Amino acid sequence: MLARIQVGLKPAFRDSFGVTTCARIKNDLGFKIDSVRTIKIFTVDADISDAQVQEAAQGPFSDPVTQDYSLTPLALEWNLEFDWLIEVGFRPGVTDNEGRTAAATLGLMLGRKLDDAEGVYTSTQFFITGNLSRADMETIARKGLANELIQRFTIMSRDEFSTSGGVKPYAAKVVDNSEARVAQIDLNVADEELVRISKEGILALTLEEMIFIREYLGRPDILEQRRKMGLSEKAADVELEALAQTWSEHCKHKIFAGNIDYEDLDTGKKERIISLFDSYIRTPTAEIRESMGKDDWCLSVFKDNAGVIDFNNEWNVVFKVETHNSPSALDPYGGALTGIVGVNRDPFGTGMGAKLMCNTNMFCFATPFYDKEIPARLLHPKRIFEGVRTGVEHGGNKSGIPTVNGSLYFDDRFAGKPLVFCGTVGIMPSLVGGKPSEDKNALPGDIIVMTGGRIGKDGIHGATFSSEELNEDSPATAVQIGDPITQKKMFDCLLKARDLGLYRCITDNGAGGLSSSVGEMGEFTNGFELHLDRCPLKYTGLQPWEIFLSEAQERMTLAIQPEKLEEFMALCAKMDTEATVLGTFTDTGKFHCLYDGKTVAYLDMDFVYKALPPMEMVAKWQQPVFAEPAFADEPDLNDELAKLLGSLNICSKEYVVRQYDHEVQGGSVVKPLTGVANDGPSDAAVIRPILDSFEGLVVSHGVCPRYSDIDTYHMAACAVDEAVRNAVCVGGSMELMAGLDNFCWCDPIQSEKTPDGHYKLAQLVRANRSLAHYAKAYGVPCISGKDSMKNDYMVGDTKISIPPTMLFSVMAKIDDVRKAVTMDAKKYGDLVYVLGTTYNEIGASEYAVLHGATGNSVPKVREEDSLPRYRALNIAMEAELVSSCHDCSDGGLGVALAETAFAGGLGMRIDLRRAPVDGVDRNDILLFSESQSRFVVTVSPTNEEQFEAAMTGTGLAKIGTVTREEQLVITGLKGEVAVNSSLAELKAAWQATLNF
Amino acid sequence: MSKVKVIVLTGYGTNCETEMAHACKLGGADQIDIVHVSELLHGEYSLDDYHFLNLPGGFLDGDDLGAGQAGAFRFRYATVKPTGEKLLAQFLRFIDAGKLILGVCNGFQLMVKMGLLPGFDNCHEERQVSLTYNDSSKFEDRWVNLKVDEDSPCVFTKGLSDLYYPIRHGEGKFVARDEATMQRVLDNKLVAMRYVDPITGETTTDFPANPNGSFDGIAGICDPTGRLFGLMPHPEAFLNRVNHPRWSRETLPEEGQGVALFRNGIDFIRANLL
Repeated sequence: MLARIQVGLKPAFRDSFGVTTCARIKNDLGFKIDSVRTIKIFTVDADISDAQVQEAAQGPFSDPVTQDYSLTPLALEWNLEFDWLIEVGFRPGVTDNEGRTAAATLGLMLGRKLDDAEGVYTSTQFFITGNLSRADMETIARKGLANELIQRFTIMSRDEFSTSGGVKPYAAKVVDNSEARVAQIDLNVADEELVRISKEGILALTLEEMIFIREYLGRPDILEQRRKMGLSEKAADVELEALAQTWSEHCKHKIFAGNIDYEDLDTGKKERIISLFDSYIRTPTAEIRESMGKDDWCLSVFKDNAGVIDFNNEWNVVFKVETHNSPSALDPYGGALTGIVGVNRDPFGTGMGAKLMCNTNMFCFATPFYDKEIPARLLHPKRIFEGVRTGVEHGGNKSGIPTVNGSLYFDDRFAGKPLVFCGTVGIMPSLVGGKPSEDKNALPGDIIVMTGGRIGKDGIHGATFSSEELNEDSPATAVQIGDPITQKKMFDCLLKARDLGLYRCITDNGAGGLSSSVGEMGEFTNGFELHLDRCPLKYTGLQPWEIFLSEAQERMTLAIQPEKLEEFMALCAKMDTEATVLGTFTDTGKFHCLYDGKTVAYLDMDFVYKALPPMEMVAKWQQPVFAEPAFADEPDLNDELAKLLGSLNICSKEYVVRQYDHEVQGGSVVKPLTGVANDGPSDAAVIRPILDSFEGLVVSHGVCPRYSDIDTYHMAACAVDEAVRNAVCVGGSMELMAGLDNFCWCDPIQSEKTPDGHYKLAQLVRANRSLAHYAKAYGVPCISGKDSMKNDYMVGDTKISIPPTMLFSVMAKIDDVRKAVTMDAKKYGDLVYVLGTTYNEIGASEYAVLHGATGNSVPKVREEDSLPRYRALNIAMEAELVSSCHDCSDGGLGVALAETAFAGGLGMRIDLRRAPVDGVDRNDILLFSESQSRFVVTVSPTNEEQFEAAMTGTGLAKIGTVTREEQLVITGLKGEVAVNSSLAELKAAWQATLNF
Repeated sequence: MSKVKVIVLTGYGTNCETEMAHACKLGGADQIDIVHVSELLHGEYSLDDYHFLNLPGGFLDGDDLGAGQAGAFRFRYATVKPTGEKLLAQFLRFIDAGKLILGVCNGFQLMVKMGLLPGFDNCHEERQVSLTYNDSSKFEDRWVNLKVDEDSPCVFTKGLSDLYYPIRHGEGKFVARDEATMQRVLDNKLVAMRYVDPITGETTTDFPANPNGSFDGIAGICDPTGRLFGLMPHPEAFLNRVNHPRWSRETLPEEGQGVALFRNGIDFIRANLL
């Protein structure tokens, strides 16, 4: 039967969700409405009796203390005052986590699992009062309450609602009885036809690649083998789709692996680069490791889902950062949720599997106050912001993983595609079953088992879609919604299986699904045989290629030694984790899929993974020249400082931080918010992975997209420096520090759509060179990374490309967390130092942007100055000579001083004449230049001599003192009072902007 | 039995089990087992073998039907496989034996939704109070000042007064099914812990000192015996001074304020149940 169980908070209770929804409609959409009341609907589609529906309604589906329930419209029963109803529910096939839990609980109540045809589907009713039209309601539904890509909505006036007795029951069930069939695609066709096949199939294969496949399938020896298997020179759809996924930019990283002819048009110098990745990432890491000799603490780099380092002799630490940009543009909530629970599976699927310890994130959006017209298919940046924020909140909090470090960056060029970076650190014992935990290996004869969630059409073409710009044909199915609880249950189970030695190899199902996970694991044995018809499905009607490619979430693929299979399956059954045997790893050299016993893919492993020739690309660099900003001679610096503190890239992110659990697991030491009122901005996180030890892990990051406007070389240099100095700020050791690079670029391949591709590729080359240089200079090896190369939006004539962005994430060790340092001024009378020289480096700074210009003097990293400073600061902190330490980044010295002061609730008297400068003769430049590698440090007078001795020769200057008066007073270069602001004013300016 | 034996229950979305077990260790427990619900249901472990049941924070079943809601029904419907006994029967026998249960955050939500609290008239199966959405409608991670009611029968808070713990929840507003129930909770001094204003030290309903809008600043309640206790703040998140958000600027004792709560429970067991 189909029943609608309606549940709402009793009228006497405050409907907080309704209240905030009402405020959002008013503030974000500008409609004058009076109130919103919400009711939750559970549509039960199951073979159960009326009495059982009643029991479910008053039992698991409602709380008798706080909620009323009804099987008829609750709003009518309540006699609720309203003018309009908007009911929002999911479209068929979209992950409905609450519906899934409801169905599971109903199953427990009935004492039987619901069968595949049964289900529970949720929707939400918004009862709105306000004098508005139906058209207004449609706007509210579309722009505020529902995302039509994944949700549907119904609008009813009060009259319609009461006359028709509410909304008709509707189960969002996928009904698809199509028979499984495998299409055979003829590639012996004209070139234009091959291009069409690729484009219309969202295969993202180039003409050359299509021809390459045709030539392979036509080889006589190959054809003979294929005929024996019932295939031909035509490509089975399973094969073509699998190749498209495996060779996609998203999975194969063709741009980073390809050959580049680079020309510097300014100097005329030409150069050929064989693989950016090998030249600038892999090789420098190998060199750094070699220079560390037997102290090399890198254990597994670039070969697994995440990088692994040796934390101490007992534990290994694993770190990975991913992006999930394209899905987040279409469905910010689902995209970001999938981003975070997706990256969780990387450390979990690394080596023998790591327990997840903390999450990091970094988001790039357009301003939430965007008031220009939104191009077709795009969502308002505030909606993207809120959706992403909520997605990461649910993904992180529900998985029990603290979000310890993050940031937000705003630039309107992220309106076309937001960037959603999500990272996860995991920990595993150094030895699992007596063997190094970072190693894994499948053997021929091992059984292929998939665990966790089921397969649906979610995320089909995710990999290939991410390899194109966002356009009007971008598929809705590319979006998935993560399910943190199914994943958590699976992780609980697999950690036990790991410790019992019940599997030999593990990897995650991410982009490309089984095609990728089974294929890559099959490289250990050189082949596999996979039965697609055995895969557990969410609903019927999936084609074999869809089963193979689906990116449905929460799945791991394992290689189980045959003698352990029974025990493994019994453990999964006990712990309520679905596990299915899908086939066998072989040493036949074949990529072999079957459906109902018939071969539907039969390719050589070498062809799939090794045969593709590298891409040939051209890069041409020319230094752009911008107008210099024109600043007033003597601006009011109180005003300028307050404006900078309130700017989007500098202001407090407390609104976001508080909604993430940053303390679960109990190891939190330096939290994201710190200081006298627990609200100052920490530079980096410090956590204790092992609760009865004081050894700690520091996690930080750096990102500076705007410097790319001038030169990506310096953008990347500054990102590395920022990440490293943030880690140093809290006490992270330069001796045990590892990095991860995440490149997010706009399409750098010259084409009709991208006429400036040569320049964009040159930008990529320069960023890579810079990364290689500074990683080596600092001795910080990259242990993992990822690139996402098509962050453009193109609909009609409108093209929006992101500024080239490299996020650099760092983890470092701190031997004793009790020596960690926070950024807040601690005590009046302490001395204030600035470490590092300030140059006239205002180019692309926040101050320049505030004045509407870019300029040319981009900040540069001078490692010959910074490295000795970082090492000396490590020593000073180890000796406990430092009271507070804060880095100078966006907004420069002025912002760092203000933040240090108000976080500590203490004033400062500063004299700029004492600050080390080079070519700076203006107060505003000195305060707001974004020169790198600088710190504001406070030191107790009792430690003055020792501190100065420790830091000698590293460019330090005592520039003032911490005071009791809550006032920031700065004397300028001419001895005048340049700044005299109360901490309250400065802090208020800093806190007001994103106080949603 | 001369050892204090503690069980920390986990699974289906629980996520504070490690630090809760660590808290019990610091509090002096002799044996601590982190047990997955499925292991309880397969009879591999039994509550009968323990003195102290810890229900840690987390998101049971994703809190999808409301915090702890699906979890409460999972426990209510569950049967222990080998014996066919209802899991709930194990819970009730555990309570009847005078043993201790501590529920933190999601564990507290689970306790009230199962009906274990407030436990009037030794009734532990009917829901009389609940925890609902914060007035802010937001999940928040924030440290709060707390005051212990010295007259409360709660065995966990004996001898404690002012506490500072973090809260990390979206549904922590304590409500009762009617005024009489609320009054009975107050009259019996079951409110062992309240949110207070950091300056005045007085009970408050004002955000953010009271993070969810709970009536009378209610942060945690016990049953009339004082042996069952549930609270929204996380004592297990403050086990060492470096957990404190201002440890780098204040002089604090090495031991975090959360340990005392667990030690009280364990000392009670040593004195009364061994």
